[in-house]
Amino acid sequence: MAQPTIPSIGLRFEDVDKRYGGLYALRRLNLEISAGECVALAGRNGSGKTTLLRIAAQLTRPTAGRVFSTVAMGDLRSRIGFVAHATMAYDELTARENLRLFAKLQNVPEPDRRADDLLRAVGLEERKTSLVRTFSRGMRQRVAIARALLNDPPILLFDEPSTGLDPEGVTWLAGTLRTMRDEGRTILMSVHGESEIAALATRAVRLEAGRVAADTRAGANVSTILRFAEA
Amino acid sequence: MGLIANTSVLLGKELRTEYRSRELLTMTGVFILVVLMLFSYSLDSTSGGSRPVAPGLLWLAFLFATSLMLQPCFLREQSNDTLSALRLAVSDPFAIFLAKLAANTLFLLLIELLLLPIFSIFFNISILKVYPQLAFVLLLGSLGLGVTGTALSAISAQARMRELLLPLLMLPLQTPLLIASAEATKALLEPNPVLRWDWVAILAAFDVIFFTALWLFGEHLLEE
Repeated sequence: MAQPTIPSIGLRFEDVDKRYGGLYALRRLNLEISAGECVALAGRNGSGKTTLLRIAAQLTRPTAGRVFSTVAMGDLRSRIGFVAHATMAYDELTARENLRLFAKLQNVPEPDRRADDLLRAVGLEERKTSLVRTFSRGMRQRVAIARALLNDPPILLFDEPSTGLDPEGVTWLAGTLRTMRDEGRTILMSVHGESEIAALATRAVRLEAGRVAADTRAGANVSTILRFAEA
Repeated sequence: MGLIANTSVLLGKELRTEYRSRELLTMTGVFILVVLMLFSYSLDSTSGGSRPVAPGLLWLAFLFATSLMLQPCFLREQSNDTLSALRLAVSDPFAIFLAKLAANTLFLLLIELLLLPIFSIFFNISILKVYPQLAFVLLLGSLGLGVTGTALSAISAQARMRELLLPLLMLPLQTPLLIASAEATKALLEPNPVLRWDWVAILAAFDVIFFTALWLFGEHLLEE
């Protein structure tokens, strides 16, 4: 494993509640993610994984409780690479235009070059001038992952990142995440069951009804938690 | 990257997507044209009797068109959750509003200036002499429609009955703007045209107040 090269960021959720009307998505959730950890979030549909990721990204405000980070919370948002269920890309723009747009907004040096490099990496170089609305689900997911990596983020929040990807795409994503994990970036990703992506986790957390039901760092138990997460 | 740089990048995106789809400009332009045509036929505009009510009707058409145009403004950002991507990317969330406000005002103003000659034909009113002053009133009025409409579009996009909510919120809030715009326009379309600074001042004050409110509280409108 390579020596960590990226200044990592840790997160701490303290008594976090998130309520939508009368329904609790998260209920008094306490969780600490150390800088440089690669955490797989498991759990059934509706267990609170997506809500937790969106709160971590500061896209959703908790109803109660607080989130702390090892950097100032004001600076955190610009250091996050976020992949959501939705593709977060504009259908009316080409893949290249989408990446250039977000690269410019994030003040990425040489945005054109960065966009081209990432499109090559995700295997979309030949379709970079096609409108995103003409893409398949898997191709859109590749654009979403490329967009999340634009600013070389020290913290990655990925919500079921392998959705729609073909086996080749999953292998590429696993390789990329492995490199990023080994560089010391903090990774928090929701997964369903065991997979090439989930196997990268150094820790697994299982959520149930918005609470942490299981949490382990031991390799064998990570696999067990993931296997029985949806049982 | 600062507010202005973020805004110009986002404005470029708004213009590019509209250029590709041409949805808003076509829809709004046709809507205003149809409304003006209907008003003109129903009020017998050739007799000159419709002259006093023509400015009011003109601004009513603009108001309805704005509510139509602004409906997809933030809804489009929700279909692929691009709003979240923008919130993560920009250094100042006000840039998102500023770009949308600039684009909406620009689109509205463009349609208004193009349709003004048609309005003058339909209602038998000469506008050539006062075109610059009229453009000034249209700019202030459109800016007001844009500021309030963009803010309300962000609010309504997250609500359940969003299609109904936007016009319901917009119409009462924009009533003072509608009155001031119609009165200022009316004074310019009289046989002895004059730019009424009192109404212009109300328009400018409306714009400044709501622009400041959007600047101060806009970020909260984007939160989930």
